[in-house]
Amino acid sequence: MSALPMAGVPANVNTVGLTKNDYRGAPTTLCAGCGHNSISNQIIAAMYEMSVLPENVIKFSGIGCSSKSPTYFMNRSFGFNSLHGRMPSIATGAHFGDHSLKGIGVSGDGDTASIGMGQFKHVMRRNLNMVYIIENNGVYGLTKGQFSATAERGLELKKQGTNPYMPVDICMEALISNATFIARSFAGNAKQVKELIKAAFAHNGIAVLDIISPCVTFNNQDNAHYSYAWGKDHEEPLHDITYIAPRNEIVLEREMAEGEVREVAMHDGSVIILKNLEKGYDPTNRFEALRALEEAQRNNWLTTGLIYVSTEKPALAETYNLVDTPLNRLTDADLRPAPEMIDKVNALMF
Amino acid sequence: MNKVVNDFSIIVGTKNGSGSSTANNTILRAIFKMGIPVSGKNLFPSNIQGLPTWYSIRASKDGYLGRRDKQDIVIAINPDSFTRDLASVSPGGAFFYADDIRLPITRADIAIYPMPIKELVKKDPNVPTDYRDLVGNMVYVGVLAHMIGIDIEKIQAALTFHFKGKQKPIDMNFHAVQAGMEWAKTNLEKKDPFYLEPMNKTEGMIMADGNTAAAIGSVFGGAQFVAWYPITPASSLAEAINDYMPMLRKREDGKHTYAVVQAEDELAAIGMTVGAGWSGLRSMTSTSGPGLSLMTEFAGLAYYAEVPIVIWDVQRIGPSTGLPTRTSQADLSFTIGMGHGDSDSIVLLPGDVFECFAFGWQAFDIAERMQAPVFVLSDLDMGMNQWMSKPFEYPKTPMDRGKILWEKDLEEIKGNWGRYLDKDSDGIPYRTLPGNKHPMSAYFTRGTGHDEYAKYTEDSSTFIRNMERLKKKYETAKKYLPKPVLHSTKGAKVGIIAYGSTESAILEARDQLARDHGMKIDILRVRAFPFTAEVDEFVREHEQTYVVEMNRDGQLHQLLSLANPEAATRLISVAYGDGLPASAKWIREGILEKSAKAKPAKKIAVKKSTARKSSVKKSKKKGAK
Repeated sequence: MSALPMAGVPANVNTVGLTKNDYRGAPTTLCAGCGHNSISNQIIAAMYEMSVLPENVIKFSGIGCSSKSPTYFMNRSFGFNSLHGRMPSIATGAHFGDHSLKGIGVSGDGDTASIGMGQFKHVMRRNLNMVYIIENNGVYGLTKGQFSATAERGLELKKQGTNPYMPVDICMEALISNATFIARSFAGNAKQVKELIKAAFAHNGIAVLDIISPCVTFNNQDNAHYSYAWGKDHEEPLHDITYIAPRNEIVLEREMAEGEVREVAMHDGSVIILKNLEKGYDPTNRFEALRALEEAQRNNWLTTGLIYVSTEKPALAETYNLVDTPLNRLTDADLRPAPEMIDKVNALMF
Repeated sequence: MNKVVNDFSIIVGTKNGSGSSTANNTILRAIFKMGIPVSGKNLFPSNIQGLPTWYSIRASKDGYLGRRDKQDIVIAINPDSFTRDLASVSPGGAFFYADDIRLPITRADIAIYPMPIKELVKKDPNVPTDYRDLVGNMVYVGVLAHMIGIDIEKIQAALTFHFKGKQKPIDMNFHAVQAGMEWAKTNLEKKDPFYLEPMNKTEGMIMADGNTAAAIGSVFGGAQFVAWYPITPASSLAEAINDYMPMLRKREDGKHTYAVVQAEDELAAIGMTVGAGWSGLRSMTSTSGPGLSLMTEFAGLAYYAEVPIVIWDVQRIGPSTGLPTRTSQADLSFTIGMGHGDSDSIVLLPGDVFECFAFGWQAFDIAERMQAPVFVLSDLDMGMNQWMSKPFEYPKTPMDRGKILWEKDLEEIKGNWGRYLDKDSDGIPYRTLPGNKHPMSAYFTRGTGHDEYAKYTEDSSTFIRNMERLKKKYETAKKYLPKPVLHSTKGAKVGIIAYGSTESAILEARDQLARDHGMKIDILRVRAFPFTAEVDEFVREHEQTYVVEMNRDGQLHQLLSLANPEAATRLISVAYGDGLPASAKWIREGILEKSAKAKPAKKIAVKKSTARKSSVKKSKKKGAK
């Protein structure tokens, strides 16, 4: 296996012959400085670097600021901006049209943890092959600054007063719903966001990325959990993460020789390497993952990194034992029973 | 006593969950195999076990399959409903009862037959103790068979079918039938007028329920994706798809060309259905009223995003608890306006089991051709009860997948296309499907705010242009919809318009009105909304048109009045919804009552005001007392 770029290919072109521009979307209409834009940029960078053909990706979203963002990356991919809280069901149905495609769903804390909590939990247990990004800012932006279900208790917002309720922890919800890949990051940590997107994309199944993405307009007081200042001060990375694509495996492994490392192999042969910082953290241990989340909650930490991964469970399409041809390319001959079957059916009636 | 042959009803009163359905189906099927037109209706409560339930079988030499209001033969097995069952027998009728029920017999105007069900089953050493109640039901089959003349061979055929040829249960049940027959032969004396005699009116026909027919029709329509959530009376539709898919779409490699997903709720069920329809699958869901209301937001989105899906609504009575297991035709208005903002629904209205099958596959063709949701309104009576039907017919036309552009199509037009561009001036645009590898194939789907090339816009004039195209598309739909069915009578000036499962009862009512009142009536059964030109013509051509439907407010009547405002005064609502399947009686009486009122239309208006005055006077008097 060679690590060298393919001969004759310009340096700014990836292995499927596309430039980074081929992964861009329409200009953003979100607020300047919004964490969501940074995440869109990391999606673009990750897809470009992984040489993903945009036609092999479907974008999904619900409703909210976050759900607008699929417009702002990957114009050459199909996309469906659906209903508030209903992105998982649209994505699930669409996936059956062509199960070789990978979904990238973008949702927000309102879209996922309030109105969409039911669908969020059920898409976890179905293990749909999709990256599920939650751009989490603890506040409703499009409707001008109401509390979301992830807002911490005691948070004060201009028109809303003090939040009286305990917050929903999206990663914990994902974990107890049997999600197979759970990570948390912070929009201000661009490198980690990108590496986690790559790892999530390589995962065969549902991959939840809870990305704290501060709202610069409605929730960016220094003491608020979903602010840049708080995030930077309280970020507690579990480990450094590096995603290694299958074709580069040998070379990069040599580079990663130093320090405590744990490799997690993905289905497609790629590897994520976790460099542990403080703890001997094992992300394949579900019990450990729950403990880490509980610990973070008690200590007011923003634990980032890959919290949990399991590569043992079949993804949704495998559960259904589908034909290899995408279902949406099947014809009459595949779909309509033969004429003689009508007599057989009539004989089965009384 | 005059013999009554092949024209009476049998009602069995049992407990829910007591296993009597095998016995009742056996009676039904044996009568059918004797060549006598027959229908079976389960009138059941919302309950798993214990509450009273009734099974109503009607034999009709004239082929009337609607519910018969008269209770000719009543079989009482349930002590809890015994008194009520006894009172329900029509004068001159017959009453069979389990003789372990020791309650007073208070009727002298009917034939009374006790049956020693428990005793006979106990005697049979081949019946295990815990099977006694189940098999006991077969004793009344035997007693009844002897008394009214059900052919024993046909009973055996029915049991063989029911137990799929498994000899042990067939024998156990058949012995109980024989024991009942033998006992009746030596112990009962015939005192009622009801007899069955073989005919040849069911040859070539089948017996089926509408949900099974709809499921199989959908499979022949190439259904690829089904998402659903359990709800009575629609569950058995999706379950039948699960039953028949493996057999009908079997492949040598054992892989599947379809997926059936039981969703977490109706919101997710239709969400998945819309996702699959959008990505190019023949996609459907099935539900009933309460589920339908949960599906509203997605149905509205599918209209604007122009996604083909099929939604079966097996109608029942209202929300929550009470009468959820009773039939109804009260979702029509709701379905027509389902969505938000301006919205138009395409609705198919099957009238019988045969059409449940046919619309099962046609609905996909219409949905994909129109790129729109297609609703199919069945009801509990049609969906869950057993109906005699013509055999299902193989689809006559190949699948119509509508306007789809794949890679080579885009190559030919150099990628120059717009998702919402009305290229053919019929309001129907072209679409591409996810997985298309052409770099110009992708587009971004939203609700309302898009231009012809699917680019985001909130521009008013673009919005108006799109809305007008959608309206044009709705007009185009009319030519793809099934035409209404006309039953004409020579010289008729009066008409009936109806839809769905009421047809059989309406035909019976028409014959009774002709026989007893000399009324000549044409019947038009509508099969789709938007109404096609034939419906407007029918309304214009008749002096009076009665609109018959099973609900309180006369929803079809309202829709017809809106569609024909100039003829609205000639449309008369005969609406009635009590949860029971339609019977000729309420239709006949409803029409007679309304026709008496309808004649001097102007005079009534004058009288009304005087009537109001006099009632005021009366109430004053009352107050003085």
